[in-house]
Amino acid sequence: MTDARVAGVGLTHFGVHPERTSRDLFAEAGLAALDDAGVAREDVAAVHYGNFMGELSEHQGHQGPLVAEALGLDVPATRYESACASSGVALRRAVRDVRNGEADVVVVGGAERMNNLETAESTDALAIAADGLYEVRAGMTFPGAYALMAASYFEQFGGSREDLAHIAVKNHANAVDNDRAQYQQAITVADALESPPVAEPLHLYDACPVTDGASALVLVSESYADTHDVSAPVAVTGTGQGGDKMALQDRQNMATSPAATDAATEAYADAGVSADDVDVAEVHDCFTIAEVMATESLGFFDPGAGITAAREGVTTKDGRLPVNLSGGLKAKGHPVGATGTSQVAELTRLLRGDHVNSEHVADAQTAVAHNAGGTVASAVVHVLETVADTEADAA
Amino acid sequence: MSDRVRDDGYDDAIDALAADEGYYLACPDGHGSLPPRHACPHCGARELTETALPETGTIDSCSTLHVATPAFADDAPYVLAVASFGAVRLTGQVRAEPGTVEIGDEVAATVGESATTGDRLVVFELR
Ligand SMILES: [Zn+2]
Repeated sequence: MTDARVAGVGLTHFGVHPERTSRDLFAEAGLAALDDAGVAREDVAAVHYGNFMGELSEHQGHQGPLVAEALGLDVPATRYESACASSGVALRRAVRDVRNGEADVVVVGGAERMNNLETAESTDALAIAADGLYEVRAGMTFPGAYALMAASYFEQFGGSREDLAHIAVKNHANAVDNDRAQYQQAITVADALESPPVAEPLHLYDACPVTDGASALVLVSESYADTHDVSAPVAVTGTGQGGDKMALQDRQNMATSPAATDAATEAYADAGVSADDVDVAEVHDCFTIAEVMATESLGFFDPGAGITAAREGVTTKDGRLPVNLSGGLKAKGHPVGATGTSQVAELTRLLRGDHVNSEHVADAQTAVAHNAGGTVASAVVHVLETVADTEADAA
Repeated sequence: MSDRVRDDGYDDAIDALAADEGYYLACPDGHGSLPPRHACPHCGARELTETALPETGTIDSCSTLHVATPAFADDAPYVLAVASFGAVRLTGQVRAEPGTVEIGDEVAATVGESATTGDRLVVFELR
């Protein structure tokens, strides 16, 4: 089996771009990824594309062919929808395409247009990731669901709003120099604590923003990289996906995310690594509490121990295990369908050494991306590792 | 109340809850779930029996929501909770002032109306 190599990455600016359509956003990110990869247009075999709310925000379904066309490609193209994990799921498919020999070159990514909706409309649109009968009809919202998880976490393991504030402060600090990020300004713990409540105990600065943007990757097979002299020094060596009950009420424990634990276990086994080998991670911090649960599911911390990691400096940029060096969903932004592959784009640049924060992980060889859908009823984990750029034929 | 087509299973369960005859579905292993179901979501068993919902439940988690979807714009702020009723949990709004509800509180489940749309929803009353 061949590893899938990341040959190119592309990102639009993440931010408030209400006038830009998904096709426009994805064309920018996808063509940037193709240029970064330096692969020939005619070698691309497929496009895998994540998008969550195109029907609601743009009255546009069937976006697969639309975005392939936007890249000037005439290949099979599929849109994947798994809420906030849409492009993570698309990436898993793309990795398998390359591994099983079906394709030597694939484009994978995602896009989301959200800011053309009013706040109430985007709140409504995001809520459809929850159970429409038993959660949304009772008044569930996306922040409300994570607030219930946070309240349950505090009850079981302890923790405070101040612990969560340190996560927001960390992720904002990481985004200051990231010119793709929505929020490039530092905040203080006091700013976070004093921001208005959204769904208690979560306040505005515990939440990711509403974001427009796109991300894309070009994956190639090892043999294609070698024979076409394509630089692809990062490999996707592990992939895993987990599932859980759709509604929070049907989970055994609202303060843990077993779907992500399952995804991580599978991805680590696939790559032949363990949590201890991970040097840097991008995790799905749609809310500060989500970063806590993600890092615990990934095995970085025991259940109940992740809450203080940012506060104690373990996951900060100069800590033992930097988490969300891009700024995370919190500060980089969360264009829902684009998030999963944006994490891998950021990690690839961090490992390649051409990310603005690469200096903080100069010796890193192993990275993990954690992308979650809804209240983690879907979870996708990928392991990335640096590889020698041109492998010896004898290997 | 908006005039939508009924949802089999869901609307039947809400009708029953409104009539003080709330029920859930139990599988032979005792797992609870809410209709419509053709299989137990926990073990896949196909024999599901309508079983009376216990009269009181316990709040497992709760939050005061300040930002609502348009369907609850006039209801906010409201207390949203997940409460255990034996083998099954329900999600609903607690009919109590924000700040007065805590995890572990005992509640009864019934059906109320959204102040915004008049649509019915599961609500909890503190016991
Ligand atoms: Zn069962």
